[in-house]
Amino acid sequence: MSLRTLEGFKFSTLKTPVHLLDPRTKFLIVIAVLVPALLFANIYVMIALLVSQLPLLLVGKVARRWALSLRAGVFLSGLIFVVNLFTGSYLSAIALTLRFLVLLTSFSLFFMTTSPDDLGLALDRIGAVRWLSRRWLGYPNALSFTFTTAVRLVPTLAVDAQTVVDAQRSRGLELDKGNLLKRVRNYIPILIPLLLIAIRRSLELAEALESRGFPGKEGRTSLFQLKLRPVDYAIVAVSLAMIGISFWIYFHYKIPVL
Amino acid sequence: MITLEKVSFTYRSGQRALQDIDLNIAGGDFIAIMGENGAGKTTLAKHLNGLLKPSQGRVLVDGEDTRKVSVARLSRKVGLVFQNPDHLLFSETVKDEVAFGLKNFGFAPEVVHNQVMRTLEALGLSEYAETSPFLLSGGERKRVALAAILATEPDYLILDEPTIGQDYQQKERLRNFILQLYSQGKAVVMITHDVEFVAESNPKVILLSQGRIVAQGPADSVLSKDELVKKASLVRPQMSRLFGELTKYGLPSDVVDVHRARILLEEKLSEAKVRVAQNS
Repeated sequence: MSLRTLEGFKFSTLKTPVHLLDPRTKFLIVIAVLVPALLFANIYVMIALLVSQLPLLLVGKVARRWALSLRAGVFLSGLIFVVNLFTGSYLSAIALTLRFLVLLTSFSLFFMTTSPDDLGLALDRIGAVRWLSRRWLGYPNALSFTFTTAVRLVPTLAVDAQTVVDAQRSRGLELDKGNLLKRVRNYIPILIPLLLIAIRRSLELAEALESRGFPGKEGRTSLFQLKLRPVDYAIVAVSLAMIGISFWIYFHYKIPVL
Repeated sequence: MITLEKVSFTYRSGQRALQDIDLNIAGGDFIAIMGENGAGKTTLAKHLNGLLKPSQGRVLVDGEDTRKVSVARLSRKVGLVFQNPDHLLFSETVKDEVAFGLKNFGFAPEVVHNQVMRTLEALGLSEYAETSPFLLSGGERKRVALAAILATEPDYLILDEPTIGQDYQQKERLRNFILQLYSQGKAVVMITHDVEFVAESNPKVILLSQGRIVAQGPADSVLSKDELVKKASLVRPQMSRLFGELTKYGLPSDVVDVHRARILLEEKLSEAKVRVAQNS
């Protein structure tokens, strides 16, 4: 897993029609793709699901970065293909590999076009998340905030990781030298500083937040409000229909691999 | 000798960080690289031990092209001390931390031990030899990071912002230490925003702005020129600002350090004293 893999899941600050969709709508799209992909192990279905997401990737202007995440997924898809060859037919191996690519694409599309802020807002609107958060952490917003912070810190941590690697290489550390055990041990000088930086940063973040009055009182409002537009309703309707039809077919017909 | 020939570097993101840099660093040199945030100072430093390879041009370390030699091998000659010690400290004790580089370079255990103790002594860290580096203050951690590189006795020492977080006494010690190193024939290159530190140490200054060298020369001639200093988002050192106001008394405007200022002012004052005595 190189750091470039993450590129295919990183939010891009664009204002395309896909980016402007409500995050809840986009998550429903993910589910609408997920349901048929998991219910049917059929090659045609998988290809149809892949192709149907292409327009969204193109309109969202993230097709190139999606290709990056696909390239990173080549190794895993190869693994899935080989493992399934041993357990089933080559046709089902192809179908399952395609299924992996479908899932990869839909999550990649979601994360590339949904800003962490929007994601946080959407999570905040979900009653179950607020309830859990209040039970575990004492505040209704804390859980969604934790989640968005974690997502947001990934790129920062990636920069730190690069600096740590550079610093240790400057001290003569050669990561890809020695036998397997030595190579694993080579990562200790990388992981310890990185871990400590992450801990130190979260402590500082906690202090900074507290000094600005976080988490505030119940009933906190937010500057940006999520609003479902007509296009969102249309997509929600299509997605729900897709999910419904998928289940209906699943319970009434048996779909072969090919 | 480290030679940079027409070095340009562009990050993968397309950001141009260095353009047409020509630079020679020889033993006995003391060079300060200054410039605004994002001018390319750290990028330049990472070229000196091969962490980054030039997109165009080449970097030669004692005649070896950095593109053809491993970073580990270059690091034996070129010691690069990173700005933030937290990016490199990981050992259980300060002693182990300083020994890490020496062990990587394959020195014998007794050599490692002697070298570690000598370096800790030189940097005033002996009492912390068995302490965890994470228990030390920010300034001390920074000195441990410096010790970790110094212990390997590089011919070229590159320091990225060494004065940040150091109190004035420590800065004074650092200055003396640097002086010792380059008078022993080692090269010291320092990246810094600290104009006062540079003014008092009088190295050769290289001003970097937007990836290009915009000026180079002795500290007093570079740091006393307003238009140059502004280009690199710096301000002139206090002494230079003072002498800039005093030119009407026939004093030179390129004074940046206390020592020279004192000599010039003493001269002027004693002249004035004589004149007052003659007049009365």
